Amino acid sequence: MSKKVLVLGEAREGALRNVSYEAIAAAKTISGGGEVVSVLLGDSVKDLAGELVKFGADRVITVEHPHLKQYTSDGYGQAILAVIEQESPEAIVFGHTALGKDLSPKIASKLQIGLVSDVTSIEGEGDDAVYIRPIYSGKAFEKVKVKNGIQFITIRPNNIAPLVKDDSKTGDVTSLSVDITSLRTIIKEVVRKSSEGVDLSEAKVVIAGGRGVKSEEGFKPLQELANVLGGAVGASRGACDADYCDYSLQIGQTGKVVTPDLYIAAGISGAIQHLAGMSNSKIIVAINKDPEANIFKVADYGIVGDLFEVIPMLTEEFKKLKVNA
Amino acid sequence: MNIYVLVKRTFDTEEKIVVSGGKIQEDGAEFIINPYDEYAIEEAIQVRDAQGGEVTVLTLGGEDAEKQLRTALAMGADKAVLINIEDDLEEVDQFAAAFIISEYLKDKNPDLILAGNVAIDGGSGQVGPRLAELLGINYVTTITNLEIDGTTVTIKRDVEGDTEVLETSLPLLVTAQQGLNEPRYPSLPGIMKAKKKPLEEVELDDLDIDEDDVEAKIETIEIYLPPKKEAGKVLAGDLADQVRELVELLHSEAKVI
Ligand SMILES: Cc1cc2nc3c(=O)[nH]c(=O)nc-3n(C[C@@H](O)[C@H](O)[C@H](O)COP(=O)(O)OP(=O)(O)OC[C@H]3O[C@@H](n4cnc5c(N)ncnc54)[C@H](O)[C@@H]3O)c2cc1C
Ligand SMILES: Cc1cc2nc3c(=O)[nH]c(=O)nc-3n(C[C@H](O)[C@H](O)[C@H](O)COP(=O)(O)OP(=O)(O)OC[C@H]3O[C@@H](n4cnc5c(N)ncnc54)[C@H](O)[C@@H]3O)c2cc1C
Repeated sequence: MSKKVLVLGEAREGALRNVSYEAIAAAKTISGGGEVVSVLLGDSVKDLAGELVKFGADRVITVEHPHLKQYTSDGYGQAILAVIEQESPEAIVFGHTALGKDLSPKIASKLQIGLVSDVTSIEGEGDDAVYIRPIYSGKAFEKVKVKNGIQFITIRPNNIAPLVKDDSKTGDVTSLSVDITSLRTIIKEVVRKSSEGVDLSEAKVVIAGGRGVKSEEGFKPLQELANVLGGAVGASRGACDADYCDYSLQIGQTGKVVTPDLYIAAGISGAIQHLAGMSNSKIIVAINKDPEANIFKVADYGIVGDLFEVIPMLTEEFKKLKVNA
Repeated sequence: MNIYVLVKRTFDTEEKIVVSGGKIQEDGAEFIINPYDEYAIEEAIQVRDAQGGEVTVLTLGGEDAEKQLRTALAMGADKAVLINIEDDLEEVDQFAAAFIISEYLKDKNPDLILAGNVAIDGGSGQVGPRLAELLGINYVTTITNLEIDGTTVTIKRDVEGDTEVLETSLPLLVTAQQGLNEPRYPSLPGIMKAKKKPLEEVELDDLDIDEDDVEAKIETIEIYLPPKKEAGKVLAGDLADQVRELVELLHSEAKVI
């Protein structure tokens, strides 16, 4: 049976996050030929609606309210529940982002339904959809089915490919007016720490440094390589603990989980807790002085050598490649 | 202050995962307190020491989880509760887990509930927010700092690397993120004392919960290990040649650049 699927779009600093398009692609699969309805919440988001249509949404509903300028679970909860009530969707897809992780359990609890979190791929479609998600920090996977009721999932960024953009596609954009009241949380301030540019959890290329980077200064060549490749810099806990970089860069079991196309680990030994955050990356490159380092066991390609020699050389080679391309 | 901490028993982080008969093999595996729950316990103890009150640690699970509860008591929690469901239920999803815990807590009037932001095994991060919603109280996830002044609460939370500073009030549920504190190790006297601290055990019957009320909404149909990665290619030769070869491989073979 085809389904109507509701998808929460997510904007960050005035632009849609990639995961919004990935969620539409997931929704298309689950819909089994049904309708995909994107939802945008914020104080001023209408202008972004067109992009969602081009990436496959059949229609877009916006809820605009001054109280939705910043995310709070109360504000966004009231808005999305109003949309759910109006639309009676048979499935719902959020991104497994900070926002999606915070909001989805509240909505699932309110609706008394199941929720499959952190889905990385979907098998089958419509009623037969089976959701695959990593468990035990990526050391195993499980296939999960929703027994009955609304199919509600969150998808991990960077795992489900968006549909090909169709610039000629059109769809209805409607707005719903919702009274947002009695917020129990007041956001006082947001301190931006994450590195400018590319968001680590959505980056296609991640250059990660460990204790082998030896200093804050030592991260500079990694940042240069990341800039050339349009990627983001990450780190091991070893590097964060040693104060070479901010904890916001930490990848692993107690840090971020990333699944980029290319992960370059420089001066990282490959402890199991680090692997938990990156082992599902498509291609892993290890650069380490120690040929016995555990990181080589998960690497697709390895160079045994000094990262301070190898990384700048790599940067130069990639620059040449970009020029020739 | 009446403080509760949700504690989940999980596999040790170093443990290798073995699947047999469609299940994760637990025999002989080491179990620990979910690492994020350790931050929650530590924070609860610090809040109690500053504000007065009582810390109760709560686990939903089986008999084996007593060990993790005793560890939490040894760290300094005052009381423990084990909601023992192993004889009643086969499958427990996050809906069911949160519902059962909420039935236990609904007449306990907690001022503050602390949980981990995610369990490193199941990994959904649902139980905290689901529980708060069921109890009708506010929640804040992935917190890295907590200050309580009367009923006003000021919190710093980690949002994908950025820090959000916010204000809310008690009663409240928070989930712990790395960076909140440094969890203490149980001291020897702590371990001795923990043996005598109260550990209450309840079952579904005691909570007037019918098995049908907590039928799981989702179901795991298969568990499997990721495909074993073939040994990677460690390059050889002159370093400059290795670098050129790597770029070529990433471009032409792996096609990621
Ligand atoms: C007999 C039995 C059968 C079970 N069957 C299943 C099953 O089929 N599928 C499955 O996924 N899980 C099962 N569980 C575990 C289940 O109870 C999980 O605890 C629950 O689903 C939590 O999901 P999660 O791992 O995603 O935790 P998350 O939501 O990621 O946990 C976040 C936080 O919530 C708190 N929390 C979570 N679980 C508990 C708990 N049990 N007790 C106290 N605090 C907790 C902790 O503070 C934790 O850090 C079973 C448990 C028992 C005892
Ligand atoms: C509960 C728990 C949770 C944890 N969570 C995480 C987590 O989320 N993320 C995480 O990363 N860790 C985590 N850890 C820590 C983890 O166990 C390791 O201690 C940590 O990953 C080590 O960091 P590292 O690889 O940078 O340092 P080391 O293990 O010290 O490795 C440094 C490496 O750099 C190499 N090296 C040195 N100099 C050079 C050079 N000039 N050129 C090339 N290579 C060089 C060395 O050969 C060595 O292999 C956790 C641990 C625990 C117990």
